[in-house]
Formats: sequence, structure tokens, C-alpha cells
Amino acid sequence: MTNALDVSDLHVTIAGSHVLQGVSISVPVGGVTALLGRNGVGKTTTLRALLGLIPSTGAITVMGTDVHGWMTHRIVRLGVGYVPEDRDVFAGLTVEENLRLAEQTAEPRYDDVYSIFPELRDRSRQRAGTLSGGQQQMVSIARALLNGWPLLLVDEPSKGLAPRLVSELADALERVAQLATVLLVEQNLAVVKRLAQRIVVLDHGEVVHTGDASELDDPDLAKRFLGVTGVK
Amino acid sequence: MRSVSRRALAVAFGVVVLFALIPLVGLHLPWVLPSTVNVVNSTGTLEVLALCFIFAGVALGYDVIFGFTGLLSLGPVMYFATGVYVFDITLTHWGWPLVPALAATFVVSLVLAVVLGAIALRVSGIAFTMVTLAFAQAFYYLIEDNPHGLTGGDTGLALYSTRLPGFLSGAVSNTRNLYWIALGFLVVSYAVVWLVTESATGHVFVAIRENERRLEVLGIHPFRYKLAAYTLSSLVATGGGVAYILLIGTAVPSAVASTTVTLSILIMVVLGGAGTRWGAVTGAVLYVYLQQYLLKVAAEPSFASLPSFLRVPLSQPQFLLGAIFVLFVIFVPGGIAGVVTRRRLRFASRRFDAASAPTGTLSMEDQ
Amino acid sequence: MIVFLALTFSGIALGAIYFLAASGLSLIYGLMDILNFAHGLFMTLGAYAAWDVASHLPASWGTPLLFTIAVFASVVGGALSAGLTEVFIIRPLYGRPISQILVTIGLDLAVVGLLLGGFGSNSLSVPVPLWLIEASHLGGLNLPNSDFVALIAGVVVLVSLEWFLRKTRYGITIRAGVENRDMVSALGINVGRAFTLVFVIGGAMAGLAGLLYAVVFSGDLISPTQGDSLLIFAFIVVVIGGLGSIRGSAVAALAVGLVQDYTNFYLGSHPGMAEIGNLSVVLLLALVLEWRPRGLFGSTL
Repeated sequence: MTNALDVSDLHVTIAGSHVLQGVSISVPVGGVTALLGRNGVGKTTTLRALLGLIPSTGAITVMGTDVHGWMTHRIVRLGVGYVPEDRDVFAGLTVEENLRLAEQTAEPRYDDVYSIFPELRDRSRQRAGTLSGGQQQMVSIARALLNGWPLLLVDEPSKGLAPRLVSELADALERVAQLATVLLVEQNLAVVKRLAQRIVVLDHGEVVHTGDASELDDPDLAKRFLGVTGVK
Repeated sequence: MRSVSRRALAVAFGVVVLFALIPLVGLHLPWVLPSTVNVVNSTGTLEVLALCFIFAGVALGYDVIFGFTGLLSLGPVMYFATGVYVFDITLTHWGWPLVPALAATFVVSLVLAVVLGAIALRVSGIAFTMVTLAFAQAFYYLIEDNPHGLTGGDTGLALYSTRLPGFLSGAVSNTRNLYWIALGFLVVSYAVVWLVTESATGHVFVAIRENERRLEVLGIHPFRYKLAAYTLSSLVATGGGVAYILLIGTAVPSAVASTTVTLSILIMVVLGGAGTRWGAVTGAVLYVYLQQYLLKVAAEPSFASLPSFLRVPLSQPQFLLGAIFVLFVIFVPGGIAGVVTRRRLRFASRRFDAASAPTGTLSMEDQ
Repeated sequence: MIVFLALTFSGIALGAIYFLAASGLSLIYGLMDILNFAHGLFMTLGAYAAWDVASHLPASWGTPLLFTIAVFASVVGGALSAGLTEVFIIRPLYGRPISQILVTIGLDLAVVGLLLGGFGSNSLSVPVPLWLIEASHLGGLNLPNSDFVALIAGVVVLVSLEWFLRKTRYGITIRAGVENRDMVSALGINVGRAFTLVFVIGGAMAGLAGLLYAVVFSGDLISPTQGDSLLIFAFIVVVIGGLGSIRGSAVAALAVGLVQDYTNFYLGSHPGMAEIGNLSVVLLLALVLEWRPRGLFGSTL
């Protein structure tokens, strides 16, 4: 069966520094694949390069279609939703306008969105800039979810959220993962262990480990690649 | 590439000597020279060449702030006009001797550059560009206003002073001297710009262009360096203004203080290749030469017989230069210097089969 | 007092024209980071389109009809020239912001040069209906009718632009793009189309501004360089208002129009102060930037 996403030998150079040095990742259809690694190893860069937001060399195949060199909007329309780091909601637009902008299909799935994030229905007239971080994250995920895209790229959704909100977010992401294949960048290992089936570990712009999420229980691996100790 | 080969110095010296000898040569060159008399040392030809040198120097100075430091200032005309008007006013109205007038001109320019530069550099990016444009425009209005009858307003102010040494007065017989002064101005500007851009300070200028934030991380304050680049390029423009008023003899706001002058200087630098010294000089010489030459072509009697769809555009140097500029920006990034550098790199990589890809600083935005 | 009120009125009319010129400039900068030096050219071309159409139609149609057609021609001329500029000149340079600025400078020089060659530097006269030159008496004031036209045009454009930006999908796309261009394309939207659109809208408003400026302030005369002188003030308005902000442009345009009008009248008659109106506008810019470097309305729409 075709993978949801295949990346091979991806290289990116930003302002003279070689940020990605031949990254290869395969994401099978269904479930959550987590992209892990310390800060600054190139996880966000990988996602941005996949979407054509920054120039790269290498091969990128989305659901069997070679998309390398395509314009971002064409890649997205192939069926890729993007939840960026720092959420990037349009602060000056209302929640409703943020969602309306994301509509790309004739029948946007507001039912799915509102069943996972009922709060957004009540806040549709509110400016996104006045929402809390957690609410902004809902808007950001909702935008990616609205078109029923088969593949979602989710970048550090728990960043900057209070612990209570993080578990709520994990609940929501669990339901999202039933609707689409997810490539998740996440620092919070508890969230990763709860959601992910597969892990890919990046270090210094290269993939240093690919495996099963259960390996995260091995404290040695966590320490070696992620610089964290004592994950419960 | 810090070290300058002896050969390069010899070539530069040779070129300068060659140009310095031109007023002594009465060669007849039809259709090469932009003036109506086709003799190399005719007054018209010398004047055009001197104008080329003056704007080459000014463009070189502007290249320090725009090409090397990466700041799009739209204010160089203000300092050019300072050179023209302060020098003109101190001599013509106040009858100062040459040296004090010259000193006053540069002091005024220095103070203006430091004060206005410091204000403009409080903002960055496009806002900086806009503020420099607005200051220059305000300066233009001030000159147009003719405060206390000093600038002459729209009618202009002719340079007239009995204190001026005889060999410098605007008499036609002195064009040769003024030509040498223009050449001298270019040589001095080139030397100063060369020394500064090759120094440690000059390397900071380039670092500001490439990545200003990285410098801040290193604990270097870009502001001081940006102000230094701004001031240097302003002082060079002032020198150009002085040489200009000596040569042309009359200051008219539309010719020496309007935004059009700034845009011309910008175009010269981009045509030649921003961030390279000889590129700026080449661009300026080419621009001024073409401008004068196109006027000569349009004045030909046979020109009037052309069909109007050809005659109208060809009679306008502004149209042709603007169109050439647009084509250059789109198709020749890096200007003339960019083409030469690419050629040279290709040649070098063929010769040495160099493995490393050439990553020159051809364009300041391919970061 | 009567003088002051009349001055205020003409200052507002001037502000309305500045707004027409500046709002498109502000949108283009906000969305695309381009300082569009060709905007003055769009104003000039709008005015020339109006003149060209009006002077080639039979005079028997009467000046009111001819002028109405001329207004449409200015809008279409400005929009068309801006749209073509975006597609053929700006688009090949995406990702090279400085080159995009440079190319607009070159385009402006080249086409103004062409106009100078074709029409000469002398001004041409646009046919206008008689009532446009007359004034209305309003509570003791003599207010020029042309000022009313400028004012109405400014208000109509402001209201429709606000409506467009708030209610239509294209408008929302433009507002979102001003905030974060990358994220708009990451939602599957072709931002390139929005680029062309802002140029067309900006050009349409610029074309109208070009014609109205000729009608209101230079005795129905148009010249190849009129747009360039108007452009400087449009730039100042945009920076004072805050790059990318339509409301900012509206407020700043009024402020600039009024300051220029007041200082011109009260101080401009003194010897050596003929340009005080223009100078005070630059001073206003310096003051605003010292106080708020991002302009009055920051960077939101």
C-alpha cells in the first residue's frame, strides 16, 4: 500500500547553514508518527520543507504523487493539513473567518470540527488574537481538519500550554488521529507515548533512529537522542 | 582576497594616467563621443567625461551604504545638494576663500549626515528607506523655498566668486582643469572606499547586510557601523557635489536636489553591480555616457525622419535607461559585475575543476 | 472662522485624494512587502486614460456624460496598468524583494519617459462639466464642488474597501495574507492571485486619484510627472498610518491633508516659506516615527 508520505534525502540550507542533511522519513497510512529530537535539530524545518514553504532538494511524495518543487497551495490541496508551530492563527480575523479561509472543499466538515472543539462554535465571532493559547490551538487544528484531508502535519501542539490543557489537547488529537494520518512533532513525551505508534528521531539534520513508539519506554534511548531523563 | 596584486595596482595606475592625458589629445573619433564635436579633448567631450567621473565617485559612495551594508537609502541626493549649495553659497554670496568654503561644506555635510542618519537609523527596513526619502524631499523643498534669497529657488544659483583661483573659474578654457579635478575626485573616492571596505569595519558592513542579528549575538552594535557607512557615503556625495558645481557652474534644484538624482544613482549602482567597487564605477560611467549619447542621437537631423513609434521612445533617454534598468533587474541579477563574476567563476571552475560550488555574493537578497 | 472652516474642508478633500493614492500602496506593501514606486505611474496613466477617452469621444455628448466616462476610464486605466505590471514585471521576481522595488522604479522612469516623448511635458486638459468648476454656498461658506466630488469618492472607496476586506473571501484572504503570507498558502490558497488582485484594486484607486487630483488641484490639467509628486505624499501617508493598515491610511491621509492645507495658508504667505506646507508634512512624519516607529495603526488591518 502507498505510504501517506515518503521523504528521501531531503536537504535544506538556510542562510548558509546546512540545516537538513539528507532526511528520509516514511509515514504509513493511518495512526500517528512522531518526529522527535532536541530543539533546533530541524523538525520544524522538515515540515516546512515538505510543504514547499522553504526551498529544498530531495524527493517528497505525498500519497504516491511526487510534489517536490510544487507551490505550497498545490501540495496542500492534494490533501495535507498543516498545524504550524506557534499556531499562526490570523489574529485580526474572527474564528469564523479563520475557518472560512481554510475551506477548500465544497462540503467543509464543520460537524467534525465542532464535535471535537464545541467551544469554537460559541466563539465564532471573536477575534482569534484575543483567544487563549489553548483556544488558538483549537482554531489551528480545526483549520487543518476542516477539509477532511487524509494527512495532517502537526507541529508542537502542546508548546506553551498549561498541563491541564495539554491532556485536553491530547484527547482532541486522539480523535483527530482517527480521521487522518498524522505526522506529529512533539517535545512532550507523555503526549507522544499516548498518541504515537511510530517514532522517527532527528539529530543534527539527520534521522538517527526509526522505530516503534514503545521503544520510548527504554530510558536509554530517550536519554541518548532526546536529552531527557526519567520519562514516566 | 585582501592582498592586491601589484599587477592590479599597475593597471589601475595606467588607466588613471591614460584618462589624465586625454585633455592633451586632439583625436577625432566620430560616433564614439557623446558630444557634438567629435574631438576627444573638445570642451563638450571633456565635460561629459568629467560628469561621468563625478557620478562614478558618488555612485561608489552610495554603494557603501546600499551595496555593501545593504541599506536602501533614498537620501544621497541630499548630501550631493549640500556639496553643491553650501559651496556655492559660501563662495557666491559670502565671498569666502576657497579653503574655508570647502571646509564649511564638508562640516555641514558631516553634521547633517550624523544627525539625520542617527534619526533615520532608528527605524529599519522599508521605514528607513521612507524616512531617508522624506528627509531628502524636505531638503529639496527647502532649496526650492529660497530662504533669505540664498539658493535662488527654481531659477538656480550660478557660481560666481572673485576669490576663486583663476584656474578654477567656469571659463571654457578651464574645462581641462575641471576635468582633472573630477578625475581626482574619483580617484580619491575610490581609494577611500577601497580602504574602508577592505578594512575590518568594511567587513562588519557586509556582515550587517548578510545577517544583522548574528552580529548582535556577537556583541557588535550594528548601529554605529550603519551610521559610519551612511556618513561615509554622504561625505563622498558631498565631494561629488563640489566637483559638480565647479564643472557645471549653476545649481538648479531639479538637476541637483530632486529625487530623480537619487534614483539615477541607485540605477547606476544596480546596473554595474551593487556591492562591488568597479561595478558601481562602470555603471555610473555607462549611465551618464548613454544619457548624453542618446541625447546626441536624438538631435541628429536624420532622426526626425523616423516613424513616430520609433522616434518617440528613442528620443527619451529616460525611457531607454528605465527600460534597460528593468531588463537588467529581471534578467541580469548582480548587474555587469555579476555577469563578469559568473563568467570568471565558470572559467575558473573549468580550469581547476573545482569541486566547491561558487557561492559569491552576487545578489544581496539571495540569503 | 469662516476661513478656517473652508480650509478644513479643502484639507479634507486633499486628504481624500491622498487616501485613494495611499490605500492601495499600503495594501500592496502589507501583502507583498513591495514599496511600489510605480504607484505614481498608475495615477498618471489613470489620468491619461481619462483624457484620452474623453477627448476622442464626440463633444456633442456633453461634458457631464464625457466626464462620467472619463472617471470610469481612469479607474480602468489604473487597474489595467497595475494588473499588467504585477503579472509581467513583479511576478518573475517573487522572492527577491529588493529587485521588486528596483523594477518598479525603472518602470516608472521608463513609462513616464515614454509619456514625455509622446505627449510632451506640457499639461493636457481634461473636459469637465461646468458645475465642477463652480462652488456651492453652504452656511456662508463657498465650497468648491470639485472638493465635494473628491470627498464623496474618498468615502465611497473607503466604505466599499472595508466591506470588501471584511465580507468577501478574497478580502479575508488579503487581510490574512498581510498578517502571514506563508500560512495563507499553507491553507491551500493561491496567494499569487491575491497579489494580482491587490495590484488591480490599488491601481484602480490610484487611477481615480490621478484624475481627481488633476480636477481638484491643478485646474483640470494632467502632466506626465504629476503622479510622481503625488507619490511622495502617498508614501508619507502610508508610513504615518502604518504599513498595511487601511484605517491607518485614512486617518493619516486626513492628517496630512489638513496639516498641509493649514500651514500652507497661515504660514506659506511669508517670504521664503512657500513650501512650508510640504515641509510640515515631512516634519509630521518624523514626529510620528519618533513616537511610534510602526506608524499610527501598527501592522493590522
